[in-house]
Amino acid sequence: MNWLQRRVRPEQIRELSLLLLIVVAILFFGSLIDGYFTFRTFNRIASSVAIITVVAVGQTLVVLTRNIDLSVGSIVGFTAYFVGTLIAAHNEINPVLAVAIAIVLGAALGAVNGALVAWGRAPAVVVTLGTLAIYRGVLVDLSGAKTVTTDSLPQWLIDLPLLNAVPFGDLDIRAVFVFAVVIVLVFHVGAANLNFARRLYAIGSNPEAAQLIGLPTKAIVFFAFCVCGALSGLGGFMMLARFGNITVEAGRGLELSVVAAVVVGGVNIFGGSGTVAGAMLGAVLIGTLEQSLFRLGISEFWLDAVLGLLILLAVASDAVILQRLRALWARSELKILDEAPNERGAER
Amino acid sequence: MTGAAAMLRRWETAMLALLIAIIALNSLDSRYFLSVGNFVNLFQLSIEKSIVALTMTLVIIGGEIDLSVASVMGLAACVMAWTFHQGAPLPLAILLALAAGVLAGLNNAFWIAYVGLPSLAVTLAGLIGYRGVARILLEDRAIGGFPDWFNRLGQQPAIGPLTASIVIFFILFIFFAVVLHFSFLGRLIYVVGSNAQAARYSGVRVAVVKTDLFVSSALVAALAGVLYAARLGSVRGDMADGFELDIITAVLLGGVSIFGGKGTLAGVGLAILVILNLRNGMGLADITGNTQNYVIGGLLILSVLAPNVWEDIRNKWKGRET
Repeated sequence: MNWLQRRVRPEQIRELSLLLLIVVAILFFGSLIDGYFTFRTFNRIASSVAIITVVAVGQTLVVLTRNIDLSVGSIVGFTAYFVGTLIAAHNEINPVLAVAIAIVLGAALGAVNGALVAWGRAPAVVVTLGTLAIYRGVLVDLSGAKTVTTDSLPQWLIDLPLLNAVPFGDLDIRAVFVFAVVIVLVFHVGAANLNFARRLYAIGSNPEAAQLIGLPTKAIVFFAFCVCGALSGLGGFMMLARFGNITVEAGRGLELSVVAAVVVGGVNIFGGSGTVAGAMLGAVLIGTLEQSLFRLGISEFWLDAVLGLLILLAVASDAVILQRLRALWARSELKILDEAPNERGAER
Repeated sequence: MTGAAAMLRRWETAMLALLIAIIALNSLDSRYFLSVGNFVNLFQLSIEKSIVALTMTLVIIGGEIDLSVASVMGLAACVMAWTFHQGAPLPLAILLALAAGVLAGLNNAFWIAYVGLPSLAVTLAGLIGYRGVARILLEDRAIGGFPDWFNRLGQQPAIGPLTASIVIFFILFIFFAVVLHFSFLGRLIYVVGSNAQAARYSGVRVAVVKTDLFVSSALVAALAGVLYAARLGSVRGDMADGFELDIITAVLLGGVSIFGGKGTLAGVGLAILVILNLRNGMGLADITGNTQNYVIGGLLILSVLAPNVWEDIRNKWKGRET
């Protein structure tokens, strides 16, 4: 047991079990649905998961600091609509510039949330509940009830979601999905290793203590909201590329799917623990269930009930099992400490 | 502590002043505004949200949150419609709907109070799950054709100009005001909301208090769902979708702290009146429902921001004097 405990953290066991659950789900659905193991299925799941994943990465950073951003759905809709309008009006715009505009627009909206939470000292739930209504409201007012339509968009944007990242053989993996995975990897490694990112965990574990040891807690919380906004902006761009037709309702209710993915992924809603990769696994599990139950011919009406149960089980197992595991790990660490002086005593 | 109490008292005064200002402006704007008919209409149009806001107040003061209320409203209405559609008499269907509410509340309470999971996560699961059960029952049908007495209950005046829903709102308001402010359980709710750990060490049965909170929240939500069905005359699976945000907004605007332990039912009552009159006044002034939404969103942020900004200014002022 000891070698295992030294190499694996309890959180990693949780992620592994989530991965196992995804594999079991895929095998289960594969045995029931004809032609399930195809790239078509994979791509259907992957492109629906990609958007949720990118936004969930940002949400994870915010939740780690013991805050929450309920306005992500509105930010996604806001950027999808306005970048869509911009591209429709200027078809010749540089694609990189268009993505950059989406990210900056999202980051600006996130900065408003962050400033109100960090320096206004207002609870994040309340602030983002308010900005959820405000961003959506401003969007509806400014849009004048017009929609962005696919035929007004340039060809590169329409082709983007179908773009193949592996252009040889039968392999067909969408670039959008690869892009989402790259973002997850970058943020996962960053959050685990960067000094700056470890502070997110420090603040979430104990905000007062983080303040007392001199961390710039306000700036860090502000930063987390900005990144969350920026990634939501990116999600908005991905939504524009995927659907082409964008109404003012785009992304409404997305915040619930994103928070669900984060919670299923084992990120503690009270901050301080959880990983970006976990949030992605949560999004993948939810996406797999969503698309597969639909394919199975089980009425789509069952989906929400299953999803609700899944979230509950994820949170419960997180609390009950993980707590036990942590206690087990902590006890064995104590044992190692206990043994150390004895060994020295034996030498003497 | 007296400072905090005075602050709270000031919050309700501020809401009252705002309410009077809005009513005065509105009555200048339109001469129909001050009529009894307008006020009843005003109240009636979102009476179900107002009813659920009462129990939400208790839940949030108790340091928790219930995101599942709108789904419980939908679930109860669907259970009622489904059993009625199967041929059961409507009173029995209504009882089953309320029972479904109690079950949903017990489920929330079990995970939160006895397993110790965060209410935000549990009731988020409830929000999705209970809505799912409602959808399983009705799929994409709409069930109507309820007896006349049921539709009259939701649409016609019952006592004087007041509909049954409004009467029920006032009865529940008085009931929960007494529970919260004049009963032992009410004091326990504040204690648990201020510091659940300390309450547990002092021998308060925290789990029982939390169970009371979540069961009454779900039961009242189920009742509101039935009343909503009576007002609309038909039931669909997506009924009351998204209501939880409006309900929580009203409670927080009423000066209830999201961290628990602070707030009054009177404040929430005033906040409900402010929101209704503001919406009505803006409607009379031809401002769209969408603009109304974000004015209220702004007001919500302002309500949590203003005390902090005020404190900062006062501290700076004091710093200059010394």
